[in-house]
Amino acid sequence: MDVLTAARLQMAFSLGFHIIFSCIGMTIPFFMAYAEWKWLKTDNTVYKDLTKAWAKGIAIFFAVGAVSGTMLSFELGLLWPEFMKHAGGIFGMPFSWEGTAFFIEAIALGVFLYGWDKVPKWTHWFSGVVVGVSGLASGVLVVAANSWMNSPSGFDFIDGEYVNIDPLAAMFNDAWFSQALHMSLAAFVATGFAVAGLHGFYLLKNKDNEFHKAAFKIALTFGAVAAILIPISGDHSAKDIAVRQPAKLAAMEAHYHTEKGAPLIIGGIPNSETKTVDYAIRIPYALSFLAHGDFNAEVIGLDQIPDDEEPPVIVVHFAFQIMVGIGSLLAFISLIYFFLSWRKKELIYHPLFLKVITLCIPLGYIALEAGWTVTEVGRQPWIIYKVMRTADAVTPMPGIQYSFYITLFVYSFLSVVLIWLMKRQISAIHKDYPILTNKEN
Amino acid sequence: MLEFIVLVLSIAFFFYTLLGGADFGAGIIELFTGNKSIRPIYKAIAPVWEVNHMWLILAIVIIFNGFPPIFAQMSVSLHIPLFIILMGIVLRGTAFTFRHYDTHVDGTHVYYHWIFRISSLLTAVFLGVTLGAMMYGRIDNDPNSTFYLQFIAPWFNYFCFSVGIFVALIFAYIASIFILGEAIEAKQVRFYGILAKRFSISMIIVGSVVLTLAYLYEVPFLSLALSAPISWAAFTGATILLPLIWRGINKNQLQLIRVFVALQIGLIMLGWAAAQIPILIHMKDGNHLTLYNSVAPDATLYYLTIALVVGSLSIFPSIYYLFRVVKFKSE
Repeated sequence: MDVLTAARLQMAFSLGFHIIFSCIGMTIPFFMAYAEWKWLKTDNTVYKDLTKAWAKGIAIFFAVGAVSGTMLSFELGLLWPEFMKHAGGIFGMPFSWEGTAFFIEAIALGVFLYGWDKVPKWTHWFSGVVVGVSGLASGVLVVAANSWMNSPSGFDFIDGEYVNIDPLAAMFNDAWFSQALHMSLAAFVATGFAVAGLHGFYLLKNKDNEFHKAAFKIALTFGAVAAILIPISGDHSAKDIAVRQPAKLAAMEAHYHTEKGAPLIIGGIPNSETKTVDYAIRIPYALSFLAHGDFNAEVIGLDQIPDDEEPPVIVVHFAFQIMVGIGSLLAFISLIYFFLSWRKKELIYHPLFLKVITLCIPLGYIALEAGWTVTEVGRQPWIIYKVMRTADAVTPMPGIQYSFYITLFVYSFLSVVLIWLMKRQISAIHKDYPILTNKEN
Repeated sequence: MLEFIVLVLSIAFFFYTLLGGADFGAGIIELFTGNKSIRPIYKAIAPVWEVNHMWLILAIVIIFNGFPPIFAQMSVSLHIPLFIILMGIVLRGTAFTFRHYDTHVDGTHVYYHWIFRISSLLTAVFLGVTLGAMMYGRIDNDPNSTFYLQFIAPWFNYFCFSVGIFVALIFAYIASIFILGEAIEAKQVRFYGILAKRFSISMIIVGSVVLTLAYLYEVPFLSLALSAPISWAAFTGATILLPLIWRGINKNQLQLIRVFVALQIGLIMLGWAAAQIPILIHMKDGNHLTLYNSVAPDATLYYLTIALVVGSLSIFPSIYYLFRVVKFKSE
């Protein structure tokens, strides 16, 4: 394995791992704050116990998110020193704000976890809200930094020198808003469905468990609202990419030939030899419309991208199909959920619906990882789009494959321990809210 | 602006040494004293555990935003010790949290104990090794030199490891003083009092070894420190505080010694900085990386300063509030 491949794999794996924990840290605090608000309003202790249980989960996930985030902030330099040397001063500003936001999040979490009987009730509730808001802000800021790599701005690149640096323009580049919005919504979709699915799984065993019922409803409502909004944000992102990064859009769609009235290609296997997509479904004119809002608009194909600037088409295309497929499915399920809540409330806890939601546990995260694959692999071979190649940024140190193997091992090990740990946490809850099988009930 | 940024950076490192150091030190103490230290350690650090490690993130962000070439240079030449530190931070952080928030204690905790303890020591030592390498002056940018000279020799030597052990001892010392200041039983006060004294004696011994090795290997830091009056004054001050701290331990003035130790650590760091600054990394070829030649453009500093001002105004009162809630009210 060469250094570049190893470094890219290590980065991809570290990011992919961290993203799951940061999404949990960004969203569950809102579920938790909502549950506590319900408790304060209704005095129903189920909500208090739920708040406490979620808070404990957050504490564990936050710690993993914090250490894997620390790891990433160093990895930027360890793996891509040439990039950080030049880019650090330009795109670093959102990180300096992120540092603050993260700090506040940790402090507020400390107050929330250890302040139960020490601070006034509403202050306690507020500290939970602060955890959520600052977590979300951290996410937005980090994504803003990433978006600069896709849409570099705030500097002039003259004779290999980076001059006229404007960090504000770098942070608020053309891509930051669409990326940050899409990511924030995705975090809610993925976590909302995963949490709901987990509680749904236990509801299947005992449909009258008040604890899981309350949790299921709160998590799924957050997830479903976001799942219905996310296609709109996705459409906005796609239109943005069509203009800014035509190579990425062409790779996402496996769109080999520039044409007017381009069809939307769904599924299929891109063939880079023949420049065709086999076994795909084609919707005439749809790509032109989705990308440019005009059925006859010209969509740039990979034929206009120089060979040495072409992203890996197969990876990007498949990742994009997975993301959109899952996103559409979850949006559809969300519509059903809202219809049931509106018309047939009793069916929300119907075993079939619970089973569907349980099966959704991993889906949101798969879509999330696929989406990041589209963003990152779709930008290749650039680390700073059209300015610096990934190959030129990589560390001169040989043997990066070993650090990749170690990272892979340590993170896999942590994942296994975490799952085991969560099982223990949930069985502890069942001491107070016993799982009796439906028959025993 | 540069002065302000350097000030915040110094504050971040100071607090990381004190609070993060207490946390690393707690792991080191556990390594040497076993399970009986777990409970007092939880009492001391669990509520502020996350916050303690935010200082490092703040410091790193300031360095890679404000002084990108320093970050890049360290990332290349000190890749291996930094990677070990990171693995240590990941393992000890997760082991500590997993164990702390677990539903009940059983046999599985043995694994967490040992991961937490060993990685605490390892991380602390390699933080010191990295610091030592910045002073040692063997960092080399010549792409034609060997793998050993580029990536190993700058840090793999007696001097850097002596600094590593010194830093680990400082952390253990801070931790024992920190635990002493918690409301613990009289028997424990005696135990941690003795520990603190032992660590401080070891610090003096290892500190002398560091200086001897610095002399033997002609580490540039030594001559710089000898010619800087502030370094002299600060190191002298730190030494004078030692008997006062011992006396405080004997007389049970447990809050007062916390302040003394914070002051002492501050003086040691000041003494170091007065000799080393403005150079941050001593290079083999003499083209040292300094605060001035590595600093980002003015526009970057301007926005970094704004972020840090707003950050400080929100972080410091919040931290004070957190400590007040979880620490003082519980007494």
